[in-house]
Amino acid sequence: MIELIQTYWLYFLVGQYPQGPLGGLALTVLLAAVALVLSMPAGLLLGLARVSRVAAIRWPVTAFVFIVRGTPLLMVVFWAYFFLPSLTGHKTDQFSTMLMALVVFDGVYLAEILRAGIRAIPAGQFLAARSLGMTPWQVMRSVVLPQALRHMLPSLVNQFVATIKATSLGYIIGLNEVSFIAAQINTQVFTHATEVYLLLGITYFALCFGLSRIAFWIERRLSQRTPAWQAAEAVPVHAS
Amino acid sequence: MPSFDPGLLLHGQYHDWLVNGFVLSVELAAMALVLGLPLALAIAVMRLAPVRALRATGLAYVEGIRNIPLLAHLLFWYFGAPELLPEPVKAWLYSGNVEVASALVALTLYVAAYMAEDIRSGVRSVSPGQLDAARALGFGYLGAMRLVVLPQAVRATVPALISQALNLWKDTSVATVIGVGEMMYQAARVESASFRSAEAFAFCTTAYLCVSLTITALASWMQRRYPVRPA
Repeated sequence: MIELIQTYWLYFLVGQYPQGPLGGLALTVLLAAVALVLSMPAGLLLGLARVSRVAAIRWPVTAFVFIVRGTPLLMVVFWAYFFLPSLTGHKTDQFSTMLMALVVFDGVYLAEILRAGIRAIPAGQFLAARSLGMTPWQVMRSVVLPQALRHMLPSLVNQFVATIKATSLGYIIGLNEVSFIAAQINTQVFTHATEVYLLLGITYFALCFGLSRIAFWIERRLSQRTPAWQAAEAVPVHAS
Repeated sequence: MPSFDPGLLLHGQYHDWLVNGFVLSVELAAMALVLGLPLALAIAVMRLAPVRALRATGLAYVEGIRNIPLLAHLLFWYFGAPELLPEPVKAWLYSGNVEVASALVALTLYVAAYMAEDIRSGVRSVSPGQLDAARALGFGYLGAMRLVVLPQAVRATVPALISQALNLWKDTSVATVIGVGEMMYQAARVESASFRSAEAFAFCTTAYLCVSLTITALASWMQRRYPVRPA
């Protein structure tokens, strides 16, 4: 196993990077990070649409959220893989395909996290801000969202972990992220399949477990300064 | 792109492939659920046991499984694990359907880790006074768990378990990576045989959605029919 690591560690971490395209673990983390960042605005818009008072906005978005949550991510990847080229007119590479699928998927999940965050803020705050003369949009922007977003932070780190795990599906469309690289190494050495895939598992574990500890730590930090209203049972708000 | 041909999905060879895939997907999910539930229960009891070593083992299992993607589990159980088996067992395994067997092992272990955590938090929602009172009445730890705590915890746990079943149903799609002939695999097969990707994917999406929405409806019905009773 030591020999295996000594021969292939660089390939495992960055793929063929200086000579060829970036790959391996670096690509996994990069893809997950870019997908999460790009999905934030999408999640914000979808989340706001989910609590909108306008039925024409709320219903289509709700249906979309149900469809995406009811199908496997792999299904979304397949749709993206075969239909992005016919939409854009030129061949899409594996990275962009996977990125698109992950943005849609993360966007929908972030929207649900945001919706829960908004609904956890008591209706009294909304009413108080309205009676101070703010418009519904101002209330959302200056009162509700800042609180909801702050409490999303631990969920955001957990979503990053989920996204890292989801990037492994890139293997199926031939994206050279870390699982794909591990399979490549496996075909090259041929006789050490157990060790190769054990190392792959340990790598994912170290990355994801480390991140989930950070989420746990943030959660504890935040709960040390919980506002009084959260101690009481939260009353859901139906705001625009 | 040729026009959408629904006839392709209603009869003929491609229809048979996709329906077979659907049946195998359902079977995989059902078997993993049946095998995973008792394992999850055992791990949850370990996670709550009064013995430190058992708790640590349970925690290691749950964190170890949950922090590794399902795809890596599948690759390990398909390519890696059979290497460790003695030759006769390996020969026997490869004479059968080794893809389905590996997928079943991976899915069962994977879903059990998530369900164990749901059962554990359900048990923790039962007031600790109940366990103490049962122990004071002379029940052993297992007896108190079985007769007093678990029956109450079930109500709090079942909706969470149903949503894990939904995740399991969606996760069966990943088994395509080791060549299990489930629905996703068959869709790719139809796609490469006929270039009818829209039809094949529409079939899969609809089938996944129908089962998912049924499971979701079941969960919300359960929550209304059997609400958690405040102690």
